[in-house]
Amino acid sequence: MAYTIKINGVNRTVEVDGDMPLLWVLRDELDMKGSKFGCGAGLCGACTVHVDGVAVRGCQTPISSVGNAAVSTIEGMAADPVGRRLQEAWLALDVPQCGYCQAGQIMSATALLRQTPHPNDADIDAAMTGNVCRCCSYTRIRAAIKMAAGAGAKS
Amino acid sequence: MSASRRTFLKVSAAAGGAFMLRATLPGAARAEASAEPLTAFVRIAPDGVVTILSKNPEVGQGIRTMLPMVIAEELDVAWSQVRIEQAPLDEAKFGRQYAGGSQATPMNYDPLRRVGAAGRQMLVTAAAATWMVPAAECRTESGVVYHDKTGRKLGYGALASKASKLPVPNLSGVTLKDPKTFKIIGQPIHGVENPKIVTGQKLFGIDTVVPGMLHAVFQKCPVFGGKVVSANVDAIKKLPGIHDAFIVRGQRGPDQQSLADGVAILAKSWWIANRVREKLDIVWDEGPTAAQSTKGFAEQAVALSQAAPASWLRRDGDAPGALKDAAHVVEAAYSYPFLSHIDLEPQNCTAHFQNGKVELWAPTQNPGPGQKLVAATLGIPESDVTVNMTRIGGGFGRRLRNDFMAEAAAISKQAGVPVKLLWNRADDMRHDFYRPAGFHFLKGGLDDKGSLVALSDHFVTFGQGSKLADAALMEVTEFPAALVPNLAFGQSVMELGVPTGPLRAPRSNALAFVFQSFIDELAHQGGRDPVEFRLAILGEPKVLPGGNGRGFDTGRMSGVLRKVAEVSDWANRGSLPARTAKGVAFYFSHLGYFAEVVQTTVSAKGEIKLDHVWVVGDVGSQIINPSGAENQVQGAALDGLGAALGQGITIERGRVIEANFDTVRPLRTDQVPPVEVHFLTTDHPPTGLGEPALPPVIPALCNAIFAATGKRIRGLPIDTDLLKV
Repeated sequence: MAYTIKINGVNRTVEVDGDMPLLWVLRDELDMKGSKFGCGAGLCGACTVHVDGVAVRGCQTPISSVGNAAVSTIEGMAADPVGRRLQEAWLALDVPQCGYCQAGQIMSATALLRQTPHPNDADIDAAMTGNVCRCCSYTRIRAAIKMAAGAGAKS
Repeated sequence: MSASRRTFLKVSAAAGGAFMLRATLPGAARAEASAEPLTAFVRIAPDGVVTILSKNPEVGQGIRTMLPMVIAEELDVAWSQVRIEQAPLDEAKFGRQYAGGSQATPMNYDPLRRVGAAGRQMLVTAAAATWMVPAAECRTESGVVYHDKTGRKLGYGALASKASKLPVPNLSGVTLKDPKTFKIIGQPIHGVENPKIVTGQKLFGIDTVVPGMLHAVFQKCPVFGGKVVSANVDAIKKLPGIHDAFIVRGQRGPDQQSLADGVAILAKSWWIANRVREKLDIVWDEGPTAAQSTKGFAEQAVALSQAAPASWLRRDGDAPGALKDAAHVVEAAYSYPFLSHIDLEPQNCTAHFQNGKVELWAPTQNPGPGQKLVAATLGIPESDVTVNMTRIGGGFGRRLRNDFMAEAAAISKQAGVPVKLLWNRADDMRHDFYRPAGFHFLKGGLDDKGSLVALSDHFVTFGQGSKLADAALMEVTEFPAALVPNLAFGQSVMELGVPTGPLRAPRSNALAFVFQSFIDELAHQGGRDPVEFRLAILGEPKVLPGGNGRGFDTGRMSGVLRKVAEVSDWANRGSLPARTAKGVAFYFSHLGYFAEVVQTTVSAKGEIKLDHVWVVGDVGSQIINPSGAENQVQGAALDGLGAALGQGITIERGRVIEANFDTVRPLRTDQVPPVEVHFLTTDHPPTGLGEPALPPVIPALCNAIFAATGKRIRGLPIDTDLLKV
């Protein structure tokens, strides 16, 4: 059936089964490839998007459950003040190796900084442990989150 | 004659008046050339923008950034002037294009410097001719040629057309910069695709879109090499959203890489195609290996260890006699499991077959053999197979094998439409080319001073007769060979149906665990400091056979070992609290010398906390990109820790049991300790960093666990039940 959802502030209509996960609506129906498929089971976080500001796994979120909620994806983060600060920190610290997980990492980090602008290590652990980086660029991911949090404090 | 001396240049005027510099090593067209040939392109536009083609696949090792840095340095342009393009697959023109073995640096560093320097020389010559002054009076800086005496200058863009018409200098005669004057090499240059990565732009194989394409899944037999007897494809085809479903007849032989039998399902959305797999009803002929199991292999290995090895790899002195006479003897059985590569981007490939030709978009580490495999699979000439290299979401050696390319090509041909084949996580974990498991039955003998006098290993591995399974080899030069007077390495093999292949630091990722742990056992048995004991075995600096002909320099290894002891405050480790301890290990692989110390705290429940890791590496005279280097080394060390703590593939009834990240556990951020990286720069040619930091971290952790708990880890992944108080 037809679903209209708001993605990065824009209404998009798709004709799909209600149980199609948001990830596959984004990737195959709307050609938004920033959100990544890794495990299909909510175990890796590569597909992380925001639904009303909350980080969720796109592969575990049926389109029928989204309703009128606002969906944000990595493609929308440059227009988000917190997301943009994180992207800049990621660039400043040369975080990526293969880069495949980084969209999901940035989405989880954005949700974290919105909730907790100055996270300590335990906060970062709690928010980011669901996001696998197979290349293990974790040290720089953590540093980038702290850098972006610091930049937020100054601005 | 060195590779660089055989290098020559071709220059041509490219479209648009751009200057194109091409360096080719003779032999690039020879498919089986053992010396790896090189071709690089530099293009200078009239506006001064320098485009450098990066020939190798980018798999996260940073090569798309690093190789162009080397050319740009000697060309003497500002990094901000440089644009980088991925070269197409054309091994006749570019030489071998692959990502593996930490080979890009040792193979390309000197030749690419010369390519850049030759270009600079031609641009200087063009400027000198324009001004009618001696070339020796000209200098360059950041893409500009200067004649200081007359105060004139010309940018490279303005000189490009003229330079392209000049004769080409012999690469062996070009003048290279003094490394002290480097402006790009040695600087932390950031990944050139980072801006696209952090904004979610299309980059990876999985992001490929071809007009009119369908999404495909491919169900193979869970037992490797099994064949389809029958399948309910007619019923599947009728399901909503399904465009097509059919049996693909494989061609898989003993190589285990060519096309396997299976059932393809095609739909407009991948999710729909993947979802209907649960409705598949396939009758399989599982073939002759359906009874194999991890448990069975372990039992077979123990049985084999009771008898003499089937063959000897090496026998120095009289190991059995020396063990009989030794003051102390330690016996231990070590084993390690099959491992999956768990690339985060699951295997995938997009293929478009039409009019007898096929074009592929493939995240492959090894596109050349992929092209050959696809040609053989479809029965068409290699020249009719076009391969586009995409960015790769993790390889670790998995994508040196190109089975996914053959599948996508065969499905596109059979379906008559372009297809994007994507494996789900279970496909990826259950159809890998696994790091082979292995079993070692070791004996070591010490004299009354605690010095190592004898060592023997009966290695039980996989293969048939003298032909070993891929990556299941142990070199005759394995440490401590040639450093112990009495040493015997024997080998026996078991038949295997599980496909195996290289995983980051192949062989070394397992053998470091075995030998650096066992050496630690011997040090403790003899009452010796584990660092001092290793230094004593390494002895006076000397170069032993090994290292792909470049040799194993015991002096370089002692150097990193001493340094890691210093930076980790090894001498004061006795002051650590109870159940907190440090462990040390070293390993030589991929031409890199690494010594590492891990500090761990083990709780009374057996939980392992990683406190700190110190890494010291010696990869020669120059760290080309310090930012990429640190990222690679930290990543490799953490990768090894993740494998040791949470990864192992179990075979039962000929198939893999694990299917996702709940049972094969990648390291996660809450487990990650600080990883401190130090490099010793030594007067040796620079070598690669993708792999050599991984192997020693596993035994360093296991040795730390022993120091903390008194429990010796002799199998992986680490069983924390053994560590409970």
